[in-house]
Amino acid sequence: MSQADEILNVLSLRASFPTYQGKVKAVNNINFSINKGEIVALVGESGSGKSVTALSIMGLNAPTIKYEKNSLISYKGQDLLTMKKKKLKKIRGNEISMIFQDPLSSLNPLQPIGRQIAEPIQLHQGKSFFSAKERVVQLLRMVGIPAPEKRLQDYPHQLSGGMRQRVMIAMALACNPTLLIADEPTTALDVTIQAQILNVLRELQKDTGISILLITHDLGVVAEMADRVLVMYSGEIVEEGDVFTIFKSPRHPYTQGLLNSVPKLKGAGEDRLKAIPGVVPNPLNLPEGCNFYSRCSYSSEKCSAAAPPITDSAQNQRFACWHPLEKKVNQFV
Amino acid sequence: MFFRFLLRRIFYVIPMLLITTLIVFSLILLIPGDPALALLGDNATAEKLAALRAQLGLDQPIIMQYWHWLTNAIQGDLGRSLFTGEYVSDAVFTRLGVTFQVVAMAMIFSFAFGLLFAITSVIKPNSWMDYIARFFGVLGTAIPNFWLAMILVVLFSVHLGWLPATGFTSISDHPVDFMKSVLLPSFCLGSFGAAQITRQLRSSLIEVLESDYIRTAYSKGLLLWQVIWKHGLRNALLPVVTTAGLLFGNMLGATVVIESVFAIPGMGQLAVHSILQRDFPMLQGVVLIMVLMILIINFITDVIYGVLDPRIEFE
Ligand SMILES: Nc1ncnc2c1ncn2[C@@H]1O[C@H](COP(=O)(O)OP(=O)(O)O)[C@@H](O)[C@H]1O
Ligand SMILES: [Mg+2]
Repeated sequence: MSQADEILNVLSLRASFPTYQGKVKAVNNINFSINKGEIVALVGESGSGKSVTALSIMGLNAPTIKYEKNSLISYKGQDLLTMKKKKLKKIRGNEISMIFQDPLSSLNPLQPIGRQIAEPIQLHQGKSFFSAKERVVQLLRMVGIPAPEKRLQDYPHQLSGGMRQRVMIAMALACNPTLLIADEPTTALDVTIQAQILNVLRELQKDTGISILLITHDLGVVAEMADRVLVMYSGEIVEEGDVFTIFKSPRHPYTQGLLNSVPKLKGAGEDRLKAIPGVVPNPLNLPEGCNFYSRCSYSSEKCSAAAPPITDSAQNQRFACWHPLEKKVNQFV
Repeated sequence: MFFRFLLRRIFYVIPMLLITTLIVFSLILLIPGDPALALLGDNATAEKLAALRAQLGLDQPIIMQYWHWLTNAIQGDLGRSLFTGEYVSDAVFTRLGVTFQVVAMAMIFSFAFGLLFAITSVIKPNSWMDYIARFFGVLGTAIPNFWLAMILVVLFSVHLGWLPATGFTSISDHPVDFMKSVLLPSFCLGSFGAAQITRQLRSSLIEVLESDYIRTAYSKGLLLWQVIWKHGLRNALLPVVTTAGLLFGNMLGATVVIESVFAIPGMGQLAVHSILQRDFPMLQGVVLIMVLMILIINFITDVIYGVLDPRIEFE
């Protein structure tokens, strides 16, 4: 990938929350980039720091958050972390927008959805509600809401969960952003609705060429949607690669563990479901060495002594492990 | 839909009115003191007193007297004052106009200060504005309004001479004089309300600002004040509507004190005079209208609630 295609670059991002119990280290030195037109999945168990990462890009973390000095989130060459509020405001909802896990609580219950979708258009393009209406109807049609003209006056509670998430997507896409961050957009929805929403996202990506950072804990979603995968564990990215490589030949034992815990249709007999034993380390008190040490069946003394660095990013797969799994070549599972 | 809601509410109001008026009616008759004695003076003979009591119907059982009063009241006849002979309905409605103006000003005052204090204190938590807001929140609740009234009269009327100490000018007669005459009373009447609204709105705003849809609003690129104005305030005002309804009743009650201090010829003052003179028909009229007002306010509160929150359906 050439530099020019890169729209977002996260460099040595470290974020923590001071609390009465101590410093909660939510994100510990992560690096990744997102290219134009790419769907990047950020996967990991709950509590691994996915949302904090996403909200750091939006600048919407709780105000108590502390970013370590060298942290950098570069968007078109400008650092979002140190950007002035006035400037950041022009990017939010206009060039970078976000959708959330629970569409019901994420929509204002007292405002008709038409108003809510029109709001970013009014704000960033200086249009009146009346002149934004046409675009709102177009957006609702794009996300697959039937008879959109009749829906403008509806309130969120009058729509189904799937429809609400479509409304959220329409709202996020209102100003044709370059990057959409979707934080577990289907987690709160029924399985059949999940598939529909993912479809909408995929189609929209194809049509608009938008980049998507898709946060999920569901590898099924990753397989269906992503071009590239970032595997996050305890605030670190432990493995990264294109989706085929990661699914075919994971190198980090944690990635392997995640894959093993996904039900497969084929070969379900031999490969029984295996959950990863143990729990995520407490972000208040992270271990000295590898964060995965206590749960890993490959661990050695070396792992408890020092955290493994992540390998060179020039390759199409990188990982942070002292004892990586063997690379499988051209092998069909 | 709304019409059915209205009918239903009126249907509920009727038994409520009957019960409250019966209770009040009985309590009034239990007040020690005899209107006949008050009318005729201490030297009246026993026969004269008895004759007058019979003429006024006071010798009948309470329930009969109530029935008599009720059947007349339904036809719009609330009787006449025992002392001035004035029609009770005329007296009460003239007074109601005055009290309504004072209470409305107090309400406006409460909301203006409540909104101002609550919003500024939420925008800059722990700033000096926040501390002032919280300080007034406690002060307004703690200071008795009659005491505040006397202090303010001493300061602004007696010492500075800026505002009249007593009296009232209707807004329809002279708007400027109205403002002058109503400023101190409505301030005293509204200080408690302002404090209540500040406290409640502040906490409900803080709560609302932590909700998910506020995060969505920020993610669209709105700034703090836009978020509060467009998404925070209306949601935060929902619980305040109920408080405002209660406050209104509260203020109506407090006019009894405030109108006496400022010599305002309103319902409160009329209530006090009627009690002192044992002018029972007048007192019954005053109470009836006050109860009616409170029931109407409750109804309006519910309607406003339903208008603000689309999730509520009028049923
Ligand atoms: N405002 C906050 N204050 C303190 N700790 C927080 C805050 N927000 C998140 N955290 C902590 O940061 C860690 C990562 O959280 P999060 O990014 O939400 O995880 P997830 O991967 O499930 O999205 C968790 O341990 C969480 O408790
Ligand atoms: Mg999360």
